[in-house]
Amino acid sequence: MRLTCPQCGERDRREFYYVGDAVALERPAPDAGDEAWEAYVHLRDNPAGETRDLWYHEAGCGAWLVVTRNTVTHAVLDVVLASDVKGGGA
Amino acid sequence: MRFSGLRVLKEGLTGNKGWAAHWRDATPKPEYDAVIIGGGGHGLSTAYYLARNHGMTNIAVLEKGYLGGGNVGRNTTIVRANYFLQGNSEFYSHSLNLWEGLEEDLNYNVMHSQRGLINLFHSDGQRDAFARRGNMMLNQGDDAILLDRDGVRKHLPYLDFEQTRFPIYGGLYHPRGGTARHDAVAWGYARGASDRGVDLIQNCEVTGIDIEGGVVKGVQTTRGPIRAKKVGIVVAGRSGQVAAMAGRRLPIESHVLQAFVTEGLKPVIDHVISFGMGHFYISQSDKGGLVFGGDLDFYASYAQRGNLPMKEHVMEAGMTLMPMIGKARVLRSWGGIMDMTPDGSPIIDRMEGVDGLFIDCGWNYGGFKAVPASGWCMAHLMATGQPHEVAAKFRMDRFRTGVGLMDEEGTGSQHNLH
Repeated sequence: MRLTCPQCGERDRREFYYVGDAVALERPAPDAGDEAWEAYVHLRDNPAGETRDLWYHEAGCGAWLVVTRNTVTHAVLDVVLASDVKGGGA
Repeated sequence: MRFSGLRVLKEGLTGNKGWAAHWRDATPKPEYDAVIIGGGGHGLSTAYYLARNHGMTNIAVLEKGYLGGGNVGRNTTIVRANYFLQGNSEFYSHSLNLWEGLEEDLNYNVMHSQRGLINLFHSDGQRDAFARRGNMMLNQGDDAILLDRDGVRKHLPYLDFEQTRFPIYGGLYHPRGGTARHDAVAWGYARGASDRGVDLIQNCEVTGIDIEGGVVKGVQTTRGPIRAKKVGIVVAGRSGQVAAMAGRRLPIESHVLQAFVTEGLKPVIDHVISFGMGHFYISQSDKGGLVFGGDLDFYASYAQRGNLPMKEHVMEAGMTLMPMIGKARVLRSWGGIMDMTPDGSPIIDRMEGVDGLFIDCGWNYGGFKAVPASGWCMAHLMATGQPHEVAAKFRMDRFRTGVGLMDEEGTGSQHNLH
């Protein structure tokens, strides 16, 4: 699998560190309660099909990326900077 | 039909014409006392123990493909009880005890071979950790022997002891560890369940779970609706999709784990060996193939095939540990879908808020050795409504409360760490 980093271009999968579902960008408030925090830390949709997950371009520019891809075919559909999704400061 | 030495002899002399099918390929009835979704190792053993231990015989196993066609038919077949944490330790100990009586119980040759498992260590720190693990195993009543370098050399003279990068300091030897014939485990449980009246229904995919007023009523399938008083979800890598039919999200992310097998060779590796400085473990099947594997590909996937970088990593680790295997040619490789939990430990529990709905999942990359005890404990839970004592810590709510997380590797309860 190869990912196209918006800043560096198409690179080998080994340059990237996989963090997990892009729910990681939606951190609840500290006092949101057990259920909100369980949903954030542990519960996953785990789709067989299109998913959005968070990767870190560890051996490249160091950017955090939101990758839209298919978990069945391994097709990569979209890669954007997490800072653009999150609105900066990610 | 019972297997015996006499029967094998008789059939051998009469052209093997007397063997019948091992189980009935059943068609679905409109209603059962319980249905198990998933005809893999854990689902079949759950059905078998529901019938054997709890007298529940009006039950069915629903399998979307063919029996034993998932991870139980595509793994590296290792059986061991070398867990460290309370909760895991007593469970896998119970499982190994069941393994040791399994062939007699099932009257079926699952080729359980207690050839011994050796986990190698390569530093003083790792030695300390393995000494501690070994003590926990002894306290649990299982067996563990700490070997120094010369001790390992006696068992495994062909390893590369002299290398400077990852010198071998010793190993933790678990003599009761070993392997079993994975397909035969599925077939043996299927036959045992079928003989007791369980309906094994293949090509029957569950498409919906019927719930009314917080009580499970049955399932919708590709072969029509089936009513059931109790429903057990035992579907490994597909747990997320099936739980979604009940409106639930699980603490599970599905990942691919690859394994490899070489051409058949004369016996060269007598034990199960794991490398301590990279993910690599190996044994030799009775057919002669070297069966080995490594780590996850480490991103969510349902592809049932792996990526090249992990193949390269596994081959490198194997060559580092035992350069002799470089002459063996890899025959094939495959990938299975692992139901990974954040803390690396499984779940056998009621589905909160739905009476009669149960789930057995989260076996990560270690489900095969758990097949007997998982079925035993899931059957106990479904029949009695109470968790079995050796699976008492496999609760789902540990992920909400944070109490009782079982992180065997001590790396943290987070999805990308196990």
